[in-house]
Amino acid sequence: MLQLSEAVAGRPVLAPNPYQPYMARIVRIYRMVEDNYVFTFRFLDESIAKGFDYKPGQFVMLSVPGTGEAPISISSSPTRPGVLELCVRRVGRVTNALYRLRTNDLVGLRGPYGNGFPVEAMAGNDLLIVAGGLGMAPLRSLLWYALDNRERFRDITLMYGVKNPSQMLFRDELSSLVDRDDMKCLLTVDADPTGTWKYHIALLPKLFDYATVNPATTYAAVCGPPVVYRFVLQRLLELGFSKDRILMSLERRMKCGVGKCNHCSVGYKLTCLHGPIFTYWDAINLPEMI
Amino acid sequence: MKVLRLAKDKLDLFASVLQQFGEVHAPVRQGEKFAFRRLSRWSEACLDYQRTILPPKKYFLPQRDTLFEYKEGQGYVPVIESADRRIILFGVHPCDIYGLNILDMVFTGKYVDPYYQARRKSIAIIGIDCTPDEHCFCRSMRADFVDHGFDLFFKDLGDRYQVLVGTALGDDMVLATGPLFEPATKEDFEEYKRRSSEKRKAFKLDVEIRDLPEIFEMEYDSTLWRELGERCLSCGSCSMVCPTCYCYDVVDEVRLGSREGRRTRSWDSCLFSTHALVAGGENFREGRPARIKFRYYHKQRGFVAEYGRPSCVGCGRCISACPVKIDISEVINKLRGMENVTA
Repeated sequence: MLQLSEAVAGRPVLAPNPYQPYMARIVRIYRMVEDNYVFTFRFLDESIAKGFDYKPGQFVMLSVPGTGEAPISISSSPTRPGVLELCVRRVGRVTNALYRLRTNDLVGLRGPYGNGFPVEAMAGNDLLIVAGGLGMAPLRSLLWYALDNRERFRDITLMYGVKNPSQMLFRDELSSLVDRDDMKCLLTVDADPTGTWKYHIALLPKLFDYATVNPATTYAAVCGPPVVYRFVLQRLLELGFSKDRILMSLERRMKCGVGKCNHCSVGYKLTCLHGPIFTYWDAINLPEMI
Repeated sequence: MKVLRLAKDKLDLFASVLQQFGEVHAPVRQGEKFAFRRLSRWSEACLDYQRTILPPKKYFLPQRDTLFEYKEGQGYVPVIESADRRIILFGVHPCDIYGLNILDMVFTGKYVDPYYQARRKSIAIIGIDCTPDEHCFCRSMRADFVDHGFDLFFKDLGDRYQVLVGTALGDDMVLATGPLFEPATKEDFEEYKRRSSEKRKAFKLDVEIRDLPEIFEMEYDSTLWRELGERCLSCGSCSMVCPTCYCYDVVDEVRLGSREGRRTRSWDSCLFSTHALVAGGENFREGRPARIKFRYYHKQRGFVAEYGRPSCVGCGRCISACPVKIDISEVINKLRGMENVTA
């Protein structure tokens, strides 16, 4: 992020501290789904706010002063710089503390970390995004990155499933994509107790019936709970996907984000450095992965 | 590399000169064991010691380390130790020097840890050779000899030391003593080689590490892990005393009655039940068998994949510290299907 190490000619600079959180202001809290709000942040330092670049699939370490730090994947797209959007589930100590903050309160952010999606390699291919439940949070970054760079990708398909309509992340935004003719947006719920759901009512893997996918020219990005991986991965393999064209985003406990504290080890790799995006080939070679 | 000799009866003089380079710390007897400590006088130093309770990593990654002070209006202000406090660690064994060289790989790289790095710059290392005891297997881990990672290195040649000068700082230390050190002689070299091959023969433990990563993959589901998990107390002693275990935890504390506080890190262990616990309650390594397997897997398999060698130097501390006598050399030999193998 900060290129402090690039010294101004002849002048020594401080070695960058990879653990340094930079203060950012909460500019918006969108109460999207119960216990899944979207927080929009802007770094206080204007040069950081403008210069903070990242890849879809990367994450930041979020500090709530006095409480601690947690890794959160970035939900916004680098094609829309200036602010950073994090879709945060209220689940642990840090995220609970974040939920107690209000607009204009300060947090610390550092990053971006992790490998992110291999967007250079993916360019020129079809893109299939498969999300289950909260898995949409990191994949939304990739989705908007691809839509904002529409000419760099061929067919774009989104398949997103949740249990019921009230749990759908970014529902309004994604609904507005259903009518777009430059992509296919397939939304589904397992059940619709409200009776007002306009899209599919089926389990997520069923959406494959509504899309044509060419495994030879497609990269599939998958994120969701274990049950999603189980059925979606099986389906992708049946379709003939090569194991390194299936990309998955993982989450683990992290204390540093930069490959030191070792909490996010999976098998012989670190989620923070080698991931959080892993190919399916990595996944079957790394014990304890899912 | 400059190779010198120092008569043993001149060591005290050298030590007194050393003080101008910083605080001298060395192994000191502590009950039946030894610990690195600041010397109040040189005679406390015990250079003919078996392994210290804790490796020198305690100087570079303290058990508890403040990373930042959080101040309202200023955010997170880093607390990095001033390089003015210079320490000389006298009497570090080759395995422990190797341990620090391994920590260097972890704490540099793409993201350099400035806390570790600052201490690495302000702490000098004077190594000393040793004789293996029944728990040492540094030779198997290729850590019985070091060629870098020290400012000076002393090898006992009877009535004199052979001294390797590893850095410019080490050279300054030598020069500051005036004519105390002399060039090593042909006779010293011959004596060195003789003692070197003697040391090689003194090892009682041996493990073969060459294809260990493959064997770990094959034995991932071995019943051995369950047996070990049933014995292991998850106390984490093996990680604490390990010169290359570096897992840490980070905690924020608020000063009572204020909105200011600090962020500290402290030693952690992959054997602790919370190590792989994520928010929401999912634990990727819930049982002790999974955790003890992970510790071995990481050191002997994962670290090799990342850095090209195991993160084990064969110092034997985990063997002597384990309350239920889990012995890494036995574990490895059992995995290889070679029980009770000795050198």
